[in-house]
Amino acid sequence: SLPNSLCIVHFLISFSPSRNEDLKEMLESNKESLKLEAMKRVVGLIAKGKNASELFPAVVKNVASKNIELKKLVYVYLVRYAEEQQDLALLSISTFQRALKDPNQLIRASALRVLSSIRVPIIVPIMMLAIKEAASDMSPYVRKTSAHAIQKLYSLDQDQKELLIEVIEKLLKDKSTLVAGSVVMAFEEVCPDRIDLIHKNYRKLCNLLVDVEEWGQVVIISMLTRYARTQFTSPWKEDGVFDEHNERAFYESDEEKTRDETEAKPYMMDPDHRLLLRNTKPLLQSRNTAVVMSVAQLYWHLAPKNEVSIVTKSLVRLLRSHREVQYIVLQNIATMSIQRKGMFEPYMKSFYVRSTDATHIKSLKLEILTSLANEANISTILREFQTYVKSQDKQFAAGTIQAIGRCATNISEVTDTCLNGLVLLLSNRDETVVAESVVVIRKLLQIQPTQHSDIIKHMAKLFDNITVPMARASILWLMGEYCERVPKIAPDVLRKMAKSFTSEEDIVKLQIVNLAAKLYLTNSKQTKLLTQYILNLGKYDQNYDIRDRTRFIRQLIVPNDKNGALSKYAHRILLAPKPAPVLESAYKDRDRYQLGTLSHTINTKASGYLELSDWPAVAPDQSVRNVEVIEPVKEWAPSLGKTGKSKPAKSSDDKFYSDSGEEEEEEEKGSGSSSSEDGSIQSILSVRLHILQNERVCPESGSDAESHVQKNSSQSSEESDKSSSQSEKSSSESDSEKKERKTKTPLQKKTVKPTAKDGYHTIMEHTFSYSHWSTLCVSLFTQLCPLSLAFPLQLSGPAFVPEKSHDLLHRMTGKGLSAQYQFPRQPCLYQPTMVSVQISLTNTTDHPLEQIHIGDRSPTGLNIHCFNTIECLEPEASVTVFIGIDFNDSTQAANFQLCTKEDHFSVSIQPAIGELLLPITMTELDFRKLLGMNESSATITMAAENMTSQPISRPVATVANLGMVPSSQDNVHRFAGKTASSGAVVLVTVELRESSTALITINTEKSVMGSMLLRDLKLALAQT
Amino acid sequence: MIHSLFLVNSSGDIFLEKHWKSVVSRSVCDYFFEAQERASEPENVPPVIPTPHHYLISVLRHRIYFVAVIQSEVPPLFVIEFLHRVVDTFQDYFGVCTEAAIKDNVVVVYELLEEMLDNGFPLATESNILKELIKPPTILRTVVNTITGSTNVGEQLPTGQLSVVPWRRTGVKYTNNEAYFDVVEEIDAIIDKSGSTITAEIQGVIDACVKLTGMPDLTLSFMNPRLLDDVSFHPCVRFKRWEAERILSFIPPDGNFRLLSYHVSSQNLVAIPVYVKHNITFREGSSQGRFELTLGPKQTMGKGVEAVLVSSQLPRGVLNTNLNPTQGTYTFDPVTKLLSWDVGKINPQKLPSLKGSMSLQAGASKPDENPTINIQFKIQQSALSGLKVNRLDMYGEKYKPFKGIKYMTKAGKFQALLSN
Repeated sequence: SLPNSLCIVHFLISFSPSRNEDLKEMLESNKESLKLEAMKRVVGLIAKGKNASELFPAVVKNVASKNIELKKLVYVYLVRYAEEQQDLALLSISTFQRALKDPNQLIRASALRVLSSIRVPIIVPIMMLAIKEAASDMSPYVRKTSAHAIQKLYSLDQDQKELLIEVIEKLLKDKSTLVAGSVVMAFEEVCPDRIDLIHKNYRKLCNLLVDVEEWGQVVIISMLTRYARTQFTSPWKEDGVFDEHNERAFYESDEEKTRDETEAKPYMMDPDHRLLLRNTKPLLQSRNTAVVMSVAQLYWHLAPKNEVSIVTKSLVRLLRSHREVQYIVLQNIATMSIQRKGMFEPYMKSFYVRSTDATHIKSLKLEILTSLANEANISTILREFQTYVKSQDKQFAAGTIQAIGRCATNISEVTDTCLNGLVLLLSNRDETVVAESVVVIRKLLQIQPTQHSDIIKHMAKLFDNITVPMARASILWLMGEYCERVPKIAPDVLRKMAKSFTSEEDIVKLQIVNLAAKLYLTNSKQTKLLTQYILNLGKYDQNYDIRDRTRFIRQLIVPNDKNGALSKYAHRILLAPKPAPVLESAYKDRDRYQLGTLSHTINTKASGYLELSDWPAVAPDQSVRNVEVIEPVKEWAPSLGKTGKSKPAKSSDDKFYSDSGEEEEEEEKGSGSSSSEDGSIQSILSVRLHILQNERVCPESGSDAESHVQKNSSQSSEESDKSSSQSEKSSSESDSEKKERKTKTPLQKKTVKPTAKDGYHTIMEHTFSYSHWSTLCVSLFTQLCPLSLAFPLQLSGPAFVPEKSHDLLHRMTGKGLSAQYQFPRQPCLYQPTMVSVQISLTNTTDHPLEQIHIGDRSPTGLNIHCFNTIECLEPEASVTVFIGIDFNDSTQAANFQLCTKEDHFSVSIQPAIGELLLPITMTELDFRKLLGMNESSATITMAAENMTSQPISRPVATVANLGMVPSSQDNVHRFAGKTASSGAVVLVTVELRESSTALITINTEKSVMGSMLLRDLKLALAQT
Repeated sequence: MIHSLFLVNSSGDIFLEKHWKSVVSRSVCDYFFEAQERASEPENVPPVIPTPHHYLISVLRHRIYFVAVIQSEVPPLFVIEFLHRVVDTFQDYFGVCTEAAIKDNVVVVYELLEEMLDNGFPLATESNILKELIKPPTILRTVVNTITGSTNVGEQLPTGQLSVVPWRRTGVKYTNNEAYFDVVEEIDAIIDKSGSTITAEIQGVIDACVKLTGMPDLTLSFMNPRLLDDVSFHPCVRFKRWEAERILSFIPPDGNFRLLSYHVSSQNLVAIPVYVKHNITFREGSSQGRFELTLGPKQTMGKGVEAVLVSSQLPRGVLNTNLNPTQGTYTFDPVTKLLSWDVGKINPQKLPSLKGSMSLQAGASKPDENPTINIQFKIQQSALSGLKVNRLDMYGEKYKPFKGIKYMTKAGKFQALLSN
């Protein structure tokens, strides 16, 4: 045909050397468009599976092209052919190494993707280095790519396993939802047996799960299923009451559960077990069928028996999806429905077969309907089966007959009905139907042969019309087996068979020999000659099976000298009562494979299948999963907690101290005991004082501890250049802090020391300015926290603290109590996620106000760290107190009640967006690296006289608590901060342009905050 | 996970291959071709085929087999779901998913496949993100590209991968802000010989086309949310809000997407919108049979039944038919024995019918199969279950969008069993 011949011509052309010459020329030309055209054609060749490897040198030259599409196509080519052309491929490596340092995260990611896809063993060390570096990249997208690269490197060089596990361990700690799925995938591929790496991340993974992308969800759920089966005890022993109780216990609190409670109960579900079940349940509503299936299998393998059925509805819903999806889901339902009929019985109609279903779908539905059949619904099902038997799809009709047979054996009430129905089918016109009926009848008769000799007779009559070998063989076997019940017919059948022996199929011939032997034993008078004749025919048959069988039978039944011993037993050998066949589902033992897996589908162990272990008899230590700080979901927020400490630390003091040096640990105990549960100002102050005293007494000890920590951190990150440079950076910074601290200490000593002795009120009387406070706080904070951070997000002191205070409570409404608040822009000491607010309370009445404290708050979940109740405020006196509020990164007002002994006043604090930030310092390079985050920008006009650096940073700092980032360009000013609550980075760039315009750009993951901040900045800068 | 992908057309040719790990020889598809030969119908090729060293997982859509090669254990649904996403993406990009369209756009196809999987693991499958990375081809752009030599690949690198709403691109701008929602319900039913319902159920979807500037936050509420029995959501829908208030709250993706699919609880009686009257007789020994079929509207809430199409697989013994439709056109294929009648709109005053005779194979006995007829139809402006959207509100943006809701009912798998 014409198109075909055209194809061939095309094929010849594309293969002729002249054509490739032509492509080579185009690739080497100077014109971008020609190169691109050539690459498009090359990709066309690759897609068709044609060999284009000879163009490698010409293509690889374009790897550094500026044109994005050209570059992408070159990448496609490289990945396809690099394995074949290893030496030439090495030419491209330096380009990727350069791109790995690019400020744009997507370029870094794509460079890593291609670099790791080039399967050239010689670059393994380069890949390893690149993966390690990318694993601590600022961008979660790059870290995701590095997780993918781990698997690629592992498949290229398995010797890297140990090093790769280290990277996996690091990435498992990552809090980004983007990374979670990919790193668990890498874990499953590289080190699925290292279950210990999961412990500490288990709860985090459970909590992140809903927000992970759908493909990652599938991988995580399947890993967690395996994990749970090794860590928790079986919930299946006793079902029922206690389970509900357990749910309640979980909601109360983890810590409140005491040990005796666990001992008192026979089974108590581990709260972590419950957490997994609870957090996966909403995913049953996913649009992704793979996610729904994976949750279903999780419930099947992990949930208490009475909870499994919540997955039913969702599985049935999947049956509406594509045919291939139906196939897999039906297979899994088939396995489930054998053990748990009740789960799917209410949805029986969903499994009714439609004429448009594919054959494999039909047979699966039959399988399920058969499993669901019971005394109550059997009549409905049999009626449905009757329509199926009449189907035009004969293979399906045959399947239905087998299904009827199974129903008949399973439900004894209907055995007779089924048998009669099947006998009617023997007169069906279609021989597949008849044959299948014969086979099924044979099996049924074996179960209760005594009553059914007339059916055997009926079948003998039909024998001549039946041509399907299997059916003929079945009838012959029946005759032989029950020859004593049909003594007249059997010899006659044998006679007919002797006549047609040579033209029969092998399977029929074997049964003829069988029948002959059995008749010879029971009725040798009539059949001796016939038998001998058949045995002779068999002796010279072409098939050696038949010759073998014939020889065996002859020796067995015809007595001679040699075998006398055996022929005595011939009757018992041939006519032994045979056990009835059990008609059971092909899916009976399928649940030895984890549901939803490939192995379950193909019913053999697929390579790489990971066994699901049995429940442990005794649960392993639960505390391994405890993590010190349970933080809300965030993107790479700094974790302050010291991992590995089993006691969950709720008190802020603990957290504050957890990263300090060894020496101070002693002190902590002392101070901790004196501090109240709430962590009052007093205790905080006394703690601070300890530090200060410490420093005074032995100034070296603190710095010793610090350098010790640094040494540790640099040791652990020796392999990675980047992180060691980070720790260098931090060490140099902390050096400068140390100096700063030393210069400040005398002053602080003067102010703070006496106050501590005199108690709380005296502090407030010494109204020292906050510059002392701030330096103190910041130096403490930076000293203690950042060494443990994955990323060097150094907090810095505020660039500017606005003096402006806001009315909290007017003295008229407050019946004489007046309150004002200010944002001191300090990191909050109570909890790092809080914003600290300074409140000045003044008593304008003529009598003392007693018991001033904070009462009810709304929204109720609002997390406020209150000040200690002020017992008495004298007339005309005023105090300044600090509270911490977790605004949760929103400008929603915090409402609470300010109470005195007699009154309650509702007050509210409405933060400006800029107050929810904390300034951080970073280098310009880091700043640029981070610019890939969500961006919002605006251009404004500003007055020309304000175009110098100082007036710009001033209004910016007024609006928002941001830190300056050094800038190499005069007209670009950069500011950086992070949100207090979630620690998301906020980057502000102000670029001054000609004609007194300026471009404000804000990059942050919190897009809402970004746009609000932009609005505030626009307002502020336009004013100047 | 997914090693390679082969696209195979209905005549058994591999017309595209893509490898994400090292190259797998296309000879692995021989196992697939064997299975294809064994299958009587294209649909009957098993979706999972084990071979000695690999596993082949395939889906069939638009008469193209998408055959994925797997080397080790992976949930089969994972692969199947992904392959369907690939097909959806192609359809989204090229309007159709045919061999010709794929071959014409082979470079875009390759670029898409490259972005969708990394090392066999899905990377970017959201259409909003893909469209930022790779621009869909349009006629205009093709012309412009040829003249100027510019490209399909997005110049700007996307931000979506890092956004808190991964399904929505940033910086969306429209001059006309509009949001359209189509409530489409499909009724699946099996009607027996006597006209009584064996099974009937309603499945619905809400498809949306949202073109709104910025980051709108929408809430959609129903008059009767209790009707929805089992729902599955686009990832943008806030599940907690639905659980608590039965309100759909979401930041929508940009453009077309499926917001929700639902199932109407089987407790509610389903009104069957059309009925079929039929009289088909095959007489033993005769070479003639009679065929008579009439359709009529039943419970349609006053809305017209449109686009009615009847098809039936007649028994093998039928040689040909001689039928007269009162309206529309009918065809009968003597080879496949497929009868199809394009009825069009049902006029309740003058019911459409198809009458006439069938010529049967001489001497053939009365066929014992039960023919079934499949009916397709549409009812505009009505959702059969009675589901009604109450209101749609937008938060987070200041402009007033134009909002529209459309209802439609369609036949899904609607079958009537014929007596003989």
